[in-house]
Amino acid sequence: MAEQIIPIAEPTQTASQGKPVIRLENVYKIYDLGEIQVQALRGVSLEVREGEFVAVMGPSGSGKSTVMNILGCLDRPTKGRYYLDGVDVSGMSKTELARIRNRKLGFVFQQFNLLARTSALENVELPTVYAGVSPEERTKRAMESLTRVGLAERAGHHPSQLSGGQQQRVAIARALVNRPAILLADEPTGNLDSRTSVEIMQILQTLNEEQGLTIVIVTHEHDIAQYAKRTLEFRDGKLRRDNIVRERLVAHEVLKTLPTAEEQAAEDEEDNARQQRQAKGDAGIAK
Amino acid sequence: MGFKNTFRVALRALARNKMRSALTMLGIIIGVGAVIAVVSIGQGAQYMVQQGIQAMGTNVVFIAAGSGRPGGIRVGYGGVKTLTIDDMNAILREIPLIKQAAPSVNSRKQIVYGNQNWSTIVNGTTPNYFEIRNWSIQSGSVFSDEEVDLAANVCVIGTTVAKNLFLDEDPVGKTLRIGNLPFRVDGVLESKGQNVIGQDQDDAVYAPYTTVQRKISGITWVQFINASAISPVASVAAVAPITSLLRERHRIRIGDDDDFFVRTQSEVADLMNQTQGVMTMLLGGIASVSLLVGGIGIMNIMLVSVTERTREIGVRMAVGATESDVRQQFLVEAVTLSMMGGAIGILFGLVGSALISNFLSWPTLVSVRAIVTAAVFSAAVGIFFGYYPARKAARLDPIEALRYE
Repeated sequence: MAEQIIPIAEPTQTASQGKPVIRLENVYKIYDLGEIQVQALRGVSLEVREGEFVAVMGPSGSGKSTVMNILGCLDRPTKGRYYLDGVDVSGMSKTELARIRNRKLGFVFQQFNLLARTSALENVELPTVYAGVSPEERTKRAMESLTRVGLAERAGHHPSQLSGGQQQRVAIARALVNRPAILLADEPTGNLDSRTSVEIMQILQTLNEEQGLTIVIVTHEHDIAQYAKRTLEFRDGKLRRDNIVRERLVAHEVLKTLPTAEEQAAEDEEDNARQQRQAKGDAGIAK
Repeated sequence: MGFKNTFRVALRALARNKMRSALTMLGIIIGVGAVIAVVSIGQGAQYMVQQGIQAMGTNVVFIAAGSGRPGGIRVGYGGVKTLTIDDMNAILREIPLIKQAAPSVNSRKQIVYGNQNWSTIVNGTTPNYFEIRNWSIQSGSVFSDEEVDLAANVCVIGTTVAKNLFLDEDPVGKTLRIGNLPFRVDGVLESKGQNVIGQDQDDAVYAPYTTVQRKISGITWVQFINASAISPVASVAAVAPITSLLRERHRIRIGDDDDFFVRTQSEVADLMNQTQGVMTMLLGGIASVSLLVGGIGIMNIMLVSVTERTREIGVRMAVGATESDVRQQFLVEAVTLSMMGGAIGILFGLVGSALISNFLSWPTLVSVRAIVTAAVFSAAVGIFFGYYPARKAARLDPIEALRYE
């Protein structure tokens, strides 16, 4: 099977020169569905170095979600090795993996996945609770984390009192609170409008540029992938392309060109008015 | 995740669905409340029986003229005429285990004093009857043995009779009428209250048995003999010799039924205790069924809760909760439910038994043991019925849990 290793994941091709935090070696994931076996990953090897910002892309069924689950220690490879921060985690028990998720990984989901009827602060504290941090230290760290995403003043709000973008920022704060080695984001902008999406990308870019946080996001949107430094494209369970992003988008520059929420509202109103006029016109024709 | 934290999370999760939590607890509340109330009623009854038996006098052997069948017709206790005062004397003479004995000749009569009248039991006996039964005189004195020999018209009365017949007057020295016969009241007995079967023991008049036999009932036999043995053990040991002596005296052939009946207090006590114990167990068992049903209710709700919170479980696992963290969280939630239910149930049980003893004037005795047992049981119910849902939650696959809609 050694010949299936795809050479484009060689470190020489990556932009960053930091130490590797993720290394997959010839990883297979096979789902046994009784009569048939589904090969979700068929020999994936890749390396992500410290300080990288990687976008994982591919159509549905390409294996990108599977690779994300494995990177996130939510799933174990059927075959092959996964080194996270220099440690082989491919053979770890469920409890050990829970520890790893808690200490080394930060998750951001498409659905935000905040606990309902629980304040932003307590949501952010959640990972520290499982890390056995003292209550005072917990609150302190959670506040720091919320400050990093610019939501310190909303600490007491419940998710239902926050906009989608704000909820996702709380989720990012939660992902950061245990100072992870990697931030994993699964379609982080999938549920957000374009402006809010760019705002979220701005936060991620800032964390990556200014604090050197390693980020891996899954997205199927090309323009979102353009904010990353490197893209990995999956197809049929294999890594097909590993490119450095050229003409990288800078979120805070893009934001300047986008209408603000108020301008957007005004535009929407105009659109509505136009549609109504048109509808009337159509009705007139129908008569 | 520390226990304090888990407990706080559990409380909050339960507070989120207050109505549901309350309804879930209801089963446990009713179960525990019923157990506490029933057990305290049962123990109260048992205590009263013991008190009653002590009040009846210790070491007592009770002999009743019994269910013979003169001419083929069976009659009830005290119905056959074969038990006599000579039998009593023979027992005293020949059975050294028995140290005292007093006869009883009963008749229900209307008694009259002034313009008051009252229907009560007139009990013919001897003065040592009151010794055998541990019964002392409140005022006046008991009639004497000479008065028994003379079949004198004297009596002592119970407090119920005194109250109903003499109202506020002091009965001692007054003369009342039993039927048409005048009787002098020599004394009033201490109040003894109800006996174990609920009869008012103070509602009686005691006169010399000779007087009752000759002047009131017109009979020569006695209905009961109240004997007193030298010790509680002796009272049981005396049953066999008394039986064989009386069979011999009554010329009962081998194979024929006794025409009398011998009972000891310890037998009665055992029987009563046993009956009460069985009742308590039975009612306690029924109450436990309700605890079981409550437990199933908890399991049901916890299963619903696990399903509802699948995504939350996924999130918790993704940010680092281990299987045992999740299991502990749901287990603590179930145990919190059941123990809160248990605590409220204990409270209800205490209030319930207090109300019962107040309004129905049944004695209740709240035992610490029952409370501790109820608390332990409700915790056990929580663990037992919470374990399966908790395990189910812990075994969820985080990936699927996160994807759950």
